[in-house]
Amino acid sequence: MPDSPALEISDLVKRYGDRAVVDGLDLVAHAGQVTAVLGPNGAGKTTTIECCEGLRQADEGTVRVLGHDPILDAHHLRPRVGVMLQDGGLPTGIRAADMLAHVSRMYARPRDLGELTERLGLGSFARTTVRRLSGGQRQRLALAAAIVGHPELVFLDEPSAGMDPQSRHAVWELVRELRDEGVAVVLTTHLMDEAEDLADHVVVVDEGRVIAQGSVRDLVADGDDSTLRLDAEPGLDVDGLAVALGDGLSVRENAPGAYVVIGAVQPATVAALGAWLAAREVLATRITVGRRTLEDVFLDLTGRDLR
Amino acid sequence: MTTPLAPHAGAAPAWQRFVAQTGFEARAILRNGEQLMVTIIVPVLVLVGLTQVDVLDIDTDGLSPIDFFTPGVLALAVMTSSFTSQAIASAFDRRNGVLRLLSTTPLGRGGLLAGKVAGVVVVGAVQVLVIGLTAIALGWRPDALGVLLAVVAMLLGTAAFTSLALLVAGTLRAEAVLAVANIALLLLALGGGVIVPADRLPGPMEHLALLLPSGALGEAMRQAFQHGTLPAWSIVVLVGWTAALGWGAARLFRWH
Repeated sequence: MPDSPALEISDLVKRYGDRAVVDGLDLVAHAGQVTAVLGPNGAGKTTTIECCEGLRQADEGTVRVLGHDPILDAHHLRPRVGVMLQDGGLPTGIRAADMLAHVSRMYARPRDLGELTERLGLGSFARTTVRRLSGGQRQRLALAAAIVGHPELVFLDEPSAGMDPQSRHAVWELVRELRDEGVAVVLTTHLMDEAEDLADHVVVVDEGRVIAQGSVRDLVADGDDSTLRLDAEPGLDVDGLAVALGDGLSVRENAPGAYVVIGAVQPATVAALGAWLAAREVLATRITVGRRTLEDVFLDLTGRDLR
Repeated sequence: MTTPLAPHAGAAPAWQRFVAQTGFEARAILRNGEQLMVTIIVPVLVLVGLTQVDVLDIDTDGLSPIDFFTPGVLALAVMTSSFTSQAIASAFDRRNGVLRLLSTTPLGRGGLLAGKVAGVVVVGAVQVLVIGLTAIALGWRPDALGVLLAVVAMLLGTAAFTSLALLVAGTLRAEAVLAVANIALLLLALGGGVIVPADRLPGPMEHLALLLPSGALGEAMRQAFQHGTLPAWSIVVLVGWTAALGWGAARLFRWH
């Protein structure tokens, strides 16, 4: 299979009024891979995806979907691209099965509805109107609608929002299967475990820009396997502390009073830290050492402030 | 290793997508209790009320009440389906993302719009059938020429009021559309030259009503059934409103 990317975004800018929600974003996604766009709420994930789906026009930059322009060549792309919107987009007054059947009529050779219904467990609510479905049931129906046309590329915007654990695993299983069939899957999420379990490639987005990307292993490892977190009074001398801890370790104050030591943390590192704090009569309220998770990386990159 | 990708499902032929969407839109309205109320039950009740209950003392130009009121009730019916019902349905579909989702399927925005308009025409046909048969049961006897001209008038009216519906649905919040669509229907029905002919309205309202799509449609329906002609002025007004409102809807409609 030639390796031209399924999705290629370069220098995308999208403004709402004066505010750039997407601000120079680059992203590439390939067939046969799950690409997770990970970011806090308001990072510009949905806007980016909507520019790819042809639902919004980019202000600057280029978006190529399967080699085409998502708005000018929409006619070519619609049969080949599946879309699951964040807010579902399901009409509320009709039965679940009728909704799926209706979307399938837009395609010449859609998937077998019986099989899809069984796969995603839609049978138990097939005759229920969409209005009366739970959040997880709606999400599963929306996913079925997104893939009923055998798409080559699917955009899933927060696919497991509002789902119970069983539904989530059914959805994840299906996403893996799509990937193994060679489909390019691009999903947005703010759930670490979703990105960690599912994604071949993670793109961390914040304030409209890509701030890190790579495989989960790349992002988590970052050269070292461990990280030390320290909570103490704010304003400590991080440079001085780094010197005291020794070579190869760096110290940052991510938020007032929340410090992180990155590098090869050894038993001696903890002892040195204790001595350094004792000499300054600073009491640590918490010291933890552990393997970095995607969540650590994410919080290190995006900060801990609520927004 | 990935297995070779199965070919995508391909788009269904355009006519098939159009037929599917038309049926989908028409069923959505005819299955919804509130929509059925406003599009079918209200016009039928108005017809029966005006012709059978002797509360109003209106000069009917020597016509029987059923001949006098049926054309206006049919005009009212066109307004309920192409304006009130369509505006509300589209506004909520827009808020719920339905328009966006369907526009990403092979249907596209053009197919979605075409299906909506055709769905309104189907609902209109059902309305005409139910109201027409009710009127016939009450003694209405339209002639063939009148029916033919009235169909033309109703199609022009549908075009104008569907354009207005999409303009309102695409620019206002869903809750606001709910209010505007119902109040506008009531005001136009009472004072817009629909059921009560424009020349019976007080003072300047007569001239104003004839400039509105409601008055133009009501007048065209009465002329068609009562005199076997279509007034040119009504056609000009309806086409003009369709062009202006359609242009506005195309420019101002927000999908989000």
